[in-house]
Amino acid sequence: MSTVTVTDAVKKYDAVAALDSVTMTFREGELFGLLGPSGSGKTTLLRAIAGFVSLDRGQVLIDGQNVGGVPVHARNIGMMFQNYALFPHMSVAENVAFGLEVRGRPREEVARRVNEALAMVRLGGLEQRKPKQLSGGQQQRVALARALVTRPKVLLLDEPLGALDKHLRQEMQVELRRIQRQVGITTIFVTHDQEEALTLSDRIAIFNFGRIIQEGAPMEVYERPVTKFAAGFLGEANFLQGRVTAIEPNGLARVALDLGGEALCRLIGGQAGQTVLLALRPEKIKLSTDSQAGTNAVRGKVLDVVFSGNSTTYRVRVGNQVITLFRQNLAQGTVAPGSEVVLSWSPDHLVQVTP
Amino acid sequence: MAVADQRNRGTILALTGPAYLWLTVTIFLPLSAMLYCSFLDKSPLVPQPASLTLKHYAAFIERPVYQQLMLWSLELGAVVTICCLIIGYPAALALAKVIKGRWREAMFLMVVLPFWSNALVRTFSWTMVLRPGGLADQAIHVVAPDAPALNLLYSYPAVVVGLVHSYLPYMILTCYISLQAIDDSVIEAARSLGARSGALFRRVVFPMSLPGVLAGSALIFVPAVGSFMEPRILGGAKGATLGMAVEEQFTVTANWPFGAALSFLMLGAVLLICLALYPAARKRMEGL
Repeated sequence: MSTVTVTDAVKKYDAVAALDSVTMTFREGELFGLLGPSGSGKTTLLRAIAGFVSLDRGQVLIDGQNVGGVPVHARNIGMMFQNYALFPHMSVAENVAFGLEVRGRPREEVARRVNEALAMVRLGGLEQRKPKQLSGGQQQRVALARALVTRPKVLLLDEPLGALDKHLRQEMQVELRRIQRQVGITTIFVTHDQEEALTLSDRIAIFNFGRIIQEGAPMEVYERPVTKFAAGFLGEANFLQGRVTAIEPNGLARVALDLGGEALCRLIGGQAGQTVLLALRPEKIKLSTDSQAGTNAVRGKVLDVVFSGNSTTYRVRVGNQVITLFRQNLAQGTVAPGSEVVLSWSPDHLVQVTP
Repeated sequence: MAVADQRNRGTILALTGPAYLWLTVTIFLPLSAMLYCSFLDKSPLVPQPASLTLKHYAAFIERPVYQQLMLWSLELGAVVTICCLIIGYPAALALAKVIKGRWREAMFLMVVLPFWSNALVRTFSWTMVLRPGGLADQAIHVVAPDAPALNLLYSYPAVVVGLVHSYLPYMILTCYISLQAIDDSVIEAARSLGARSGALFRRVVFPMSLPGVLAGSALIFVPAVGSFMEPRILGGAKGATLGMAVEEQFTVTANWPFGAALSFLMLGAVLLICLALYPAARKRMEGL
């Protein structure tokens, strides 16, 4: 088990910064998800830790040691690629044995550890197959066994489940988590799939334009996004703009919303007269046809309704804005488009974000 | 389903038909005529009627000089192929994995350039380079004035130089194609697993490029074994090959049947070598 620390990492391609002064620590044994749109720098960071990218400035430390001058082959990292990057001319067993053989391990040890690794990913019996003769999920398992068999200090996963279909992906998420826990290896993975990041990670970091926008436990980042980008990228969010009219004695702020109506919410150091941007998750909004508008309750008109099995998505026009909300299907039936409705929420669900 | 199948078959026929028709007319028919000719007791140019015989094939067995020529030809083919591999493979590797963008195009142009010049002119130009007092000689004497006079023309190395020059592009192009098909992530995976450059090349890059190496070798070995022009112009008497003997039977001795028999024996030998190597090659390339 190892810690990985990145300090003040900068990497520029031409004039564009892929990494713009990134500092972060990956703790021992944790599964850390790097999340962001393509070109946000998450893959560059992963490749810098692996040694494929050399930083313009800053350091990568593994267990406190600067690995800047250490070539890839000597870093003792395990890496799994999106397309698995298996050696097509080698059998499953040869693929897994590769890392041990280039390290010059004795033959009996190689055979034993290859068997252990294949048993761990539940691929016993397929040793002699060539990668082409395996399904996508099986290839994934081979790639994982191959990356772990050398007992690396860090496991790096580049879009590990991106090439699998939905069902297999969910199955492999569970599997990946099980194996990662069992081995206890510090694991860093890159994904653009927010659901995958939320499901798998102990902690996540959201990247944009080469910078960390926010990092923390998945629930914390989801429930308390700090910027508009973080709120919109991780899950969905409605953004309500308004002006603070008063601060109540209990610390809650009264906000006159631009779309009409009034909100009551908690602000960080707000004062009257200030404009604020508030994020509101679609699933936190209550839709009703028989309640009154008021504080944290606005009147609107249903634009359209999309039924998607376990929930229904409503788009409701409120003032000059369209609000999206999800409603669990609790057999209450759907509200027809065109209906007048009232949307309400609890003060805790309004999260102040920076634009 | 059946209709779709039928349409498919029609499409395949329409797409491959012209090529196969052309191959039939230009290769299969003349080759069959030549095979028939090799069993005749008189040249087809002679007005008397000819009868069938095996004597030309018997002559090859009875006269060791032709067997020797065959061995030399096969050896020349092997030497030229290996030289092309040694020179061409690193170039292909650089083109596929190191050089990018416009430079790659420029380098490719230089690789393909020999194809654009006439083979005869190309070969004769080598005589000016390799003859005593020629360009190669002068160049060496600029660097080392005391070196003995270089006399490469009409020697075995001169033949190899000429043939390698002609066939090198095949090796570079076929190796390039299979090398650039290797995904960079496979190479990165090997490095992340602890492989240094040597192990990376020996165990991953080279085995994965074998299809290109073998295709290039076949494309070079076959014509190099049968070569006659380069050995004649650059090798003189020393460069005797079976190809030269075949040419002689057709153009000097006018013994077409014997020339035909020799060329089919050569074809047979080359086919046997390819067949013998095929199973091993197939096994090495499994999964690619």
